[in-house]
Amino acid sequence: MTQLDIAVIDYGMGNLRSVDKAMEYVSPNAAVKVTSDPDEILSAGRVVFPGQGAARDCMREIDARGLREVIKEAARSKPFLGICMGLQVLFEHSEEGDTPCLGIFKGEVVRFPKEAMHDDAGEKLKVPHMGWNNVHQSMSHPLWTGIEDGSRFYYVHSYFVQPASPDSVTGFSHYPFPFTCAVASGNIFAVQFHPEKSAQAGLTLLGNFITWDPFKTKSACDMADSNCA
Amino acid sequence: MLAKRIIPCLDVTAGRVVKGVNFVELKDAGDPIEIAKRYNDAGADELTFLDITASSDDRDLILHIIEAVAEQVFIPLTVGGGVRKVEDVRRLLNAGADKVGINTAAVTNPQLVADASGYFGSQCIVVAIDAKRVDGHWEIFTHGGRKPTGIDAVEWAKKMEKLGAGELLLTSMDRDGTKSGFDLELTRSISDAVDIPIIASGGVGNLQHMVDGIKIGHADAVLAASIFHFGEFTVDEAKHYMQQQGIEVRL
Repeated sequence: MTQLDIAVIDYGMGNLRSVDKAMEYVSPNAAVKVTSDPDEILSAGRVVFPGQGAARDCMREIDARGLREVIKEAARSKPFLGICMGLQVLFEHSEEGDTPCLGIFKGEVVRFPKEAMHDDAGEKLKVPHMGWNNVHQSMSHPLWTGIEDGSRFYYVHSYFVQPASPDSVTGFSHYPFPFTCAVASGNIFAVQFHPEKSAQAGLTLLGNFITWDPFKTKSACDMADSNCA
Repeated sequence: MLAKRIIPCLDVTAGRVVKGVNFVELKDAGDPIEIAKRYNDAGADELTFLDITASSDDRDLILHIIEAVAEQVFIPLTVGGGVRKVEDVRRLLNAGADKVGINTAAVTNPQLVADASGYFGSQCIVVAIDAKRVDGHWEIFTHGGRKPTGIDAVEWAKKMEKLGAGELLLTSMDRDGTKSGFDLELTRSISDAVDIPIIASGGVGNLQHMVDGIKIGHADAVLAASIFHFGEFTVDEAKHYMQQQGIEVRL
């Protein structure tokens, strides 16, 4: 087992090389590895949870590898970045294949509704939502540091998350209506778009994740008692 | 708002980019990695590599190129050319491609499209359609446009969507290389017939052609090779022109 700085969770869903390469690019000295080994994931400093494909397949593969509790534990205890399906399956349920998901965030994952998919001029909008769209930051967050509000990120998806409460929403895009594209809670940040494919804006976000310390106050106390007196 | 995409296409053979690429101070006009970086810096929304290697012995060279590009260029990369089996798709994705283009093999074995999208997800499967006007409709051709199939292009596009294609790359063989603009009727017929995005290709000679492909042809993205390679226009110029014409672009 390798002691990793960054574990990219591999549960057999899609191509993780891009995520791996982008993490190495923004953090050349870090030990980054794509892994499905529970021990490697749980001992890593940070965890990236990517994923592509259908929700039902994702959940099946997560369970087939015994990773359900590992992912939940990582999402409780480490800086945790969900990407694409790694955002969607954090919610309670996906309409895609009527799939129960991990339930870390309250809310549903739903498809872009066919009847709504046209622009102001009445032109049809395609699904999947594929390409570069503006991401509006609805809340300040360390992971948005250095990224201009409204910057474009690259998307490929047909489903989007509907959080039960607006408290966790940190970003949204329009297609054609506003939908949530980024959520955060404590040590978790998760996005629908692909930062690993979003040129400089995406690399900045990944770089912010590498240096993000969501446990700042707590870890300072743990390390030096005198600071907490 | 979602931006319409501009996708430069690089023809690669035996590890080298063919067709001159006219970047200022490019040290090696055939070096795919340097060219990819330049296009990335110029604001390309994605890059497509078309492997036109004739000899199967040299086919693996594209894998090294994709590996090297994917380590330095963080925009979507599509690779097509000679994809026959699910294993070919896997190897390209593992090398760092984000999407894989399937053309001839989609016709000879449509199940490949279903299998590949089933394994890897629709988002990474692009079906390339080469179409030509024949007797009042468009027929698809395979083997680099040499072989007629008798298949209607619009029906084929719908079938490919149903089998799991995430996107269609549509090339008009009548227009390819003519610089007279896209076949707008073809582009629009197919774009309106499916819900997945369409990349228009074949015939771009000026920036208005790109605008027409999107506004009249209803394309979601435009692919072009020679007008960028030979330095007639930059990606940035194309985007500014499109923006002036009211098209949403990423600048």
